Amino acid sequence: MSLSVLLDMMADARPDQVALGTLEDGLTCAQLRSAAIRGSAGLRPTERRTVVYVGVNGIDFSVALWSAVLAGMSFCPLNYRLSAAQLRRLLDAVPDPLVLVGDGYESLLADCPAPTRSLTGFSTTACDHTAGVPAAPPVGDDEGSVLLFTSGTASTPKAVVLSQANLLSYVLETVDFGSAEPGDAIVVSMPPYHIAGLNAALTNPYAGRRVVYLPNFDAATWLELVRRESITHAMVVPTMLARILEFLGGALAEVPSLRTLSYGGARMPRAVLEGALAAFPSVDFVNAYGLTETSSTIALLGPADHRAAAASNDPLGRARLSSVGRPLPGIEIEVRSGAGALQPPGLTGELWVRGPQISGQYLEQGSVLDEYGWFPTRDRARVDAEGYIYVEGRADDTIIRGGENIAPTEIEEVLIAHEEIVDAAVIGRPDEEWGERILAAIVLAPGASLDADAVRDHARDRLRSSRTPDDVVFVDALPYTSTGKLIRRDLARVISRAHPARPGPSADGTASRG
Amino acid sequence: MRINVGQRLRSQVDSTELIVTRASSEEVDLRCGGAELIELGHPPTAEPQVLAVPEAPEPRLGKRYRDPDGAVELLVTKAGTGVLTLAGEPLIEKEAKPLPASD
Repeated sequence: MSLSVLLDMMADARPDQVALGTLEDGLTCAQLRSAAIRGSAGLRPTERRTVVYVGVNGIDFSVALWSAVLAGMSFCPLNYRLSAAQLRRLLDAVPDPLVLVGDGYESLLADCPAPTRSLTGFSTTACDHTAGVPAAPPVGDDEGSVLLFTSGTASTPKAVVLSQANLLSYVLETVDFGSAEPGDAIVVSMPPYHIAGLNAALTNPYAGRRVVYLPNFDAATWLELVRRESITHAMVVPTMLARILEFLGGALAEVPSLRTLSYGGARMPRAVLEGALAAFPSVDFVNAYGLTETSSTIALLGPADHRAAAASNDPLGRARLSSVGRPLPGIEIEVRSGAGALQPPGLTGELWVRGPQISGQYLEQGSVLDEYGWFPTRDRARVDAEGYIYVEGRADDTIIRGGENIAPTEIEEVLIAHEEIVDAAVIGRPDEEWGERILAAIVLAPGASLDADAVRDHARDRLRSSRTPDDVVFVDALPYTSTGKLIRRDLARVISRAHPARPGPSADGTASRG
Repeated sequence: MRINVGQRLRSQVDSTELIVTRASSEEVDLRCGGAELIELGHPPTAEPQVLAVPEAPEPRLGKRYRDPDGAVELLVTKAGTGVLTLAGEPLIEKEAKPLPASD
């Protein structure tokens, strides 16, 4: 089940079409295959088992990935924003690594015990179009996996093992070969160590859609690139979309070539989505929900659903904007209670999923699938009568206050909707009386005059009283990963440096309700 | 022959190569150009029996072909000229129903 079949298909069908990069100096499908064959010929003699990639997203990433696939090696992109010590810890878990080091990241790996190689040198050799191409390796049984570390927002990062069969199944189930329109191009601003950044390198060229990379996202460059490269598709995480809206400052985006904007990777605040629908009025929106462990997307909320919800006047119709949509073909879902019973529509429980693209396997822990192949996502979710899934947050984040299960996201949504609140995070803190009490960390808009009592009043007016934050703190910013996931375990540190809440701070710097 | 999802097959009479995307557990008589399909990488049958083939379009690269019941579905990974059949009946090209691009 080697992924190499995808590369052969696109190189056979569209040899001269640019697959990656700009129209002027990108790589065609045939050049990509040649580069991968040359790259694999350079990797095979090292007799290492895993190609580790430490660098930004770009053409080099795709060449390295395909080279590893053809060499029968595993491929493991690591987060180049980590410290040298953090990288070392992750590398220790990787079997027999050979590290390809991107330009500028050499010092991160200065003391690395594993063999390293310059990515620039590797790619230059692989992409040398004047050199001959060695014979393509035969289809072997020897095939590696893709290893991706989870973002570790709640605990230590774990390496997820995605087999080539998992990834191939995802591509074949969700993408029709050559289905892109001529001239289609996607801007990829996801990092290579994120499952969406990895899959983008597989699905888009397979569909016949050119990939243009934007390694270091900023809103102005993104908009400029979309206009200059006539980009038709884009995938962003919610924080990127929020920054684009901030940059636009209420103006229309004016990107006439853009047809589809997909988002995922973290919970999308309703206010950001509504702002985006207004700023990109003619663009199709797609919400993609998935986990690293599920080879990315397992459910989609499509353009028609977005339009219907946005045009709806009743709150229930608009609520569908908070849904992650319905499962992809080949994916089965179940919502189960804590006791394991199947939950009927409308009731919340843990989301379990099953299908050929689901890995559920970790490097150290092994498989966590149950005996029937079901994977527990650790996400709390409910499904409505029409099969739309609503994800309420991570099971580990659930606050249990006075015996009642409270999803932080429910409170966060309400807080963020306040016009003086830019961002908000809600966590549980140990409490002798209630078991846990609710703490809200608030980022105010510049010049805002909101105080803790006003925040509580705002929540109390819109939610059940048990969901009113007990404590409110004001902070400058919330801690996020580079792909927009809130790092809840770092919140405590942020809160300890928080502004004393206004008015009447309590002794620990938080304002509490009596 | 028995087939599994993910299995790669090839024709014995032309360049057609396929990957199985839907399979039933039953024994199937799958042919291309009248000769039985074989697993990719396996040696060809000594003297393959070639049956007469009904008129049908040739397999196109990247297209999926299935039987009317949808029990068997094959994706063409290398184009060829032989007609694909299941138990003598031509497989039909599956209409593309692309999902919106999500990554």
